[in-house]
Order: sequence, then structure tokens, then C-alpha cells
Amino acid sequence: MNKSPSPEYQRVYVWEQPVRWFHWINAAAIVVLGVTGWLIAHPPAFLSGEEAAHGYWFGAVRFTHFVTAYVFTANLAFRLYWSVAGNKFANWRNFLPLTSAQFRQVWAVLKVDILQSSNKPVHTLGHNAVAYFTYAGTGVLSLFQIASGFALYAPTSASGFPQLFAWMTPLFGSEQNLRLFHYAVTWAFAIFTVIHVYLVFYHDYVEGHGVLSSMIGGWKFMEKHHAQAEQASGLSTLVTRPPPPPPPAGLAHDPPARR
Amino acid sequence: MTTPTSGTGLVPTIYEQVLSRGVSRRDFLKFCTWMGAYLGLEHGAAAQIQRALESKRRIPVVWLHFQECTCCSESFLRSSHPIVADILLDRVSLDYTETLQAAAGHQAEEILRDTITKHRGEYLMLVEGSVPLAADGCYCVVGGRSALDTVKEVAAGAKAIIAWGNCACSGCVQAANPNPTRATPINAIIKDRPIVNVQGCPPIAEVMAGVLVHLLTFDRLPQLDALGRPKAFYARRVHDTCVRRANYDAGLFVETFDDENARKGYCLYKVGCRGPSTYNSCASMRWNNGTSFPIQSGHPCIGCSEANFWDNGPFYQRLPNFPGFGIESTADRIGLAVGAATVGGALAHAVLTNVRKRGEIGPHPGEDAEKAEAADQGGAS
Repeated sequence: MNKSPSPEYQRVYVWEQPVRWFHWINAAAIVVLGVTGWLIAHPPAFLSGEEAAHGYWFGAVRFTHFVTAYVFTANLAFRLYWSVAGNKFANWRNFLPLTSAQFRQVWAVLKVDILQSSNKPVHTLGHNAVAYFTYAGTGVLSLFQIASGFALYAPTSASGFPQLFAWMTPLFGSEQNLRLFHYAVTWAFAIFTVIHVYLVFYHDYVEGHGVLSSMIGGWKFMEKHHAQAEQASGLSTLVTRPPPPPPPAGLAHDPPARR
Repeated sequence: MTTPTSGTGLVPTIYEQVLSRGVSRRDFLKFCTWMGAYLGLEHGAAAQIQRALESKRRIPVVWLHFQECTCCSESFLRSSHPIVADILLDRVSLDYTETLQAAAGHQAEEILRDTITKHRGEYLMLVEGSVPLAADGCYCVVGGRSALDTVKEVAAGAKAIIAWGNCACSGCVQAANPNPTRATPINAIIKDRPIVNVQGCPPIAEVMAGVLVHLLTFDRLPQLDALGRPKAFYARRVHDTCVRRANYDAGLFVETFDDENARKGYCLYKVGCRGPSTYNSCASMRWNNGTSFPIQSGHPCIGCSEANFWDNGPFYQRLPNFPGFGIESTADRIGLAVGAATVGGALAHAVLTNVRKRGEIGPHPGEDAEKAEAADQGGAS
């Protein structure tokens, strides 16, 4: 909670355009994959007198699932690249538990946001450590979905890429078993989405740092002293390489309000 | 059933045996062509098969039976071509097999010992059934010896091993959870011999014959998939050549076995058909002289050529139950429960937030919209 009588806000460019594109393509792909995957597992009963030769909707649903899987995979591959090439908020180091500071922050975030036993907010410009680790977890689940999905797809595909994952099937004993896990992880994504969307609303509502819009415009707004404290000690400074040259004034920082 | 060794020590060729059984050359050639087609070989390969069966001495064969129901043998005997059952298996090639041999007791065991010592490194070992490892293998003892002992001894001198059926390939029903006898497939016991897994419960007769003919003709293993099954017969899913496939793509499904859709012959996907994850030739070769196969007859595939098909959930349910959560716990039930708990948790959390974080929500002290606007205008002017 900010006690200063007149807080000055700083505008910080957190999510670069590639990160935002990744986010929304990823979100759309997950929705499409989830819906088509659900339809594949539980096709609705359409009673129609039509000849089978005249219909192909189930084939179309499966086709959509497969095409979207390629989009999802390429998108994730790009994001992995961007975790090296992108800015410090997108850097891969944030996603891995490398420092004890991250664990301290996990505990602090749990106390403030989940248990609400503390009222000392954790100010981070990027994600907080809990969020970064959660996204690392969904990243692992995504990789599993990609590997298991392409492994299930491989036997009916003539192209080389799906064959790279054919080793998954023997690992799970049978296609039927692998399919079960591929299907069950979809539930993990659905539940993640509920929590994710809720927490974005929560943070936007409680903190007023513009979290919700930051994934559209890239900007976050934070009280100056919090932003500076975060820059000095926060986790998005894990990157050891020198920070990029500051963007032109007036873009990254609003001129301080004159009065 | 004794080794048909002639006085000169020369074993007759299969062709010689076939002729002596009264099969005409014409029928013999038809058989070669037929086998070539089943093996997916090019047209000229029929002549190769013919030459091989004409010139090659027959390979001594030992057919062992362990934990099994003999349905593999039964299937083989019902092959639509007489040469398969009558000549290839029954009369000519088998040196030892518990089910069909005339010899019994010590005499039979003598033959087995004879074959594996005289023809060391030359004979084919065919195995039907799994091997129990629990309680020192006491669950399957033939002639006073455990199945494990016999398998190890016979395998040591075998040129190649053919594991017939799901039992020998992956343990089948006796290896289903909780597998009380620790029924174990051959490939989990023998590691240093080439093994062909001819999957299915039972395998299709023509597939069994095809694998044997391939071994006789080319003197090497057929191309195998990752699970050791011959690609010629197990490279495609039942689903891919299924007569009901068009209904699948069109989204026309049987909902229950007694509905209108079942009468129309729609796809059995929603009543648990394992065709989409089962690799076998049922849909293309079919059974009983190409008459039909389960899906064609209105029953979903149960996936009998796949490992652990007994444990892959109820046969009439699309997805298996989730392991570790007991019966009736599908992924959907668990997912719905966790999902409902999540939504409930989020709602409770939202209420709690509005109570506990009252001070943070809304305008903070000093954040006055009118003042800020005034300050902004003041600065601009």
C-alpha cells in the first residue's frame, strides 16, 4: 500500500511485441486445441440420415486439431528462442529456480496474495516468482502435449517431424495409455486458464499496475519508488548482461508531473 | 512327429514334403504367390518364395506352449490354405509341440532334447504363452521343468524366436493387473536372440504363416516395428483400412449397441472401439478365409494386438479410467472435480480479497482525479 501522499507513476515497457504475440497466439491455440480435443474425445451425437461420403465434420475437427498443434509448437519454439533474445522480463533465467531470492519471493507472494496473511505487496515489473514458475510448469506441460500429441499422430503421418516423437508411445506402454495422459493434461490447461485469468483480474483490481492491459500494449505502470526498488533488487534483474540502452526519453518514462 | 531325416542325413525340402502329401505343383505355386501378396512383396518375389521352398531344407521347429489357451494354434490350424496348417505346421516342420505331438512323456522330452542339441543354432523356437516368474515358476511346469528353465535352454540354441500371440509378446490376460503369477513375455526374458512378436489374441492365421514363410524364404527376420512386430502385417492401424472408416470421418457414430446408428453400421468409436490405436491386419485380411472381422460384424475392436489391452480400460469405453484413482474415476470426473474446486476457490478468494485488501483497492490517498487533471492542465499551460 502506498502511503506517500502523491505517488508518481512510471511507465515501463515490460512485454515486448513478440512476447505479446506469443501470448495471444498461444492462448488462441490452447482454446482451439482444447475445444477440438474435447470434440475428438467426446464427439456429439449428430443423428443424420446423410451418407457418410457426404460428411466430413469429424475429419475437419481432427484436421484443425493437427494444424493448430503445429502452430502451437512453432509458437512455443519461438518463445523459447525469445527467452534468450528478448528483454530481461522474458529471459529464461526467471523461469528456473536459480536463486534463493526467488524462493523468498515465492513465500512472500503466497502470504500476500493467496493466504492474504500479509499486507506487504510484492512489487515486480515482470511476473512474480510464483507466476514465472507456474509458466515454466505450463511450458513443461506444453512440451508434453506436443511430444505425446505428435507421437499419437506419427503413425498416420508421412512427414518426418511427428516421427521425432514416436519414442513416447513405447514409454507409456500403449497408444491408449499415452492418449489418456494427453487427454488428462488438457484438464490441467483448463484449470490453469481459470486460475490465470482470475489472478490477472485480481492483480489488476488490487494493485492497479495495468497488468491486464500490459499484455496488449506492453506497458505497466508502477509507483516510481517501487519500480526503482524492483529494478535494483527484483528478480527480473537476474540477467547478468548489461541492460540495453535506455529507450528515448518520453517513450519509456513519462515526464514527471510538473506542478 | 519325429524328425523326418532320410537315411543320407538329408532333410527333405518343403516342396518335396508337399508333393508327397499329394499337393499339386499348381497349388504349390498358388500358395507361393498368395504368400508373396500377403507379405506385401513385389510380384517377382513369388518366384523367390517358390525357389526357397523348393531348395531349402526345412528348418527344425520347436513350438513351446506355456501360459496360454492354445488359441494361436487353433487360429493357425484354421488357415484358409491347406498348405499352412497341414503341411507347414502339422506334418512337416514341427519337431516338438506339446499340443499336437503324438509322443508323450519321456519320449516327447527326448525329442526336444534331441532337436536342440543336434540342430543347435539352426532351429526355430516358436513360443505360445507367457512365462510365470512368481514362486520360482511353479505356475507352469512341463515335464518337471519350469517354463523359465525351458525357455532359457531352448532359446540359447535357437536361430530365431517367434513369439505367438499376446501372451508371448506382452503377457495377455494372465499378465493383467495384478498379474498374480508374474506372467512375463518372452522378450522380457530373452535378450540375446532375434525375436519376432506376432501379436494378437490370437494372431491371424495368414499372418502366422506369412511370418514363417518369410523366415524360410529369406532366411532373415522380416522388418519389425518398434515393438518387434512384422511391419508387413502390423504397420497400419485397424482403423485405417476399416470398412466403417467413412462414418468416423463424417462424425457418424453408434451411441449404443441397440440404436438406429448401430443398425446403419456407423463407426463404433464412441462405444470403445480400439481400432484407432490398434495395429493389425484384421480390417484388410480379415478372419476365417477373409469372411469378416469384429468391427465388420458390429463389435468394437478390443485392441488384442496391443500390449496390456486388458488393462487399458473397459472395452466399451473410449478412454481408459485414470490409474491410481480407483474404478470409475475417468479423467473427466477428476478434471471436473478439480475444476469446480478451482472456480470455488477463486470465488472465495475474490470475496476474501475485497475484505482483506480494502485499503489497497480503489483510489489511494492523494490520488484525486480532479487534482491530477488540474495539475496536468496547470503544467501544460
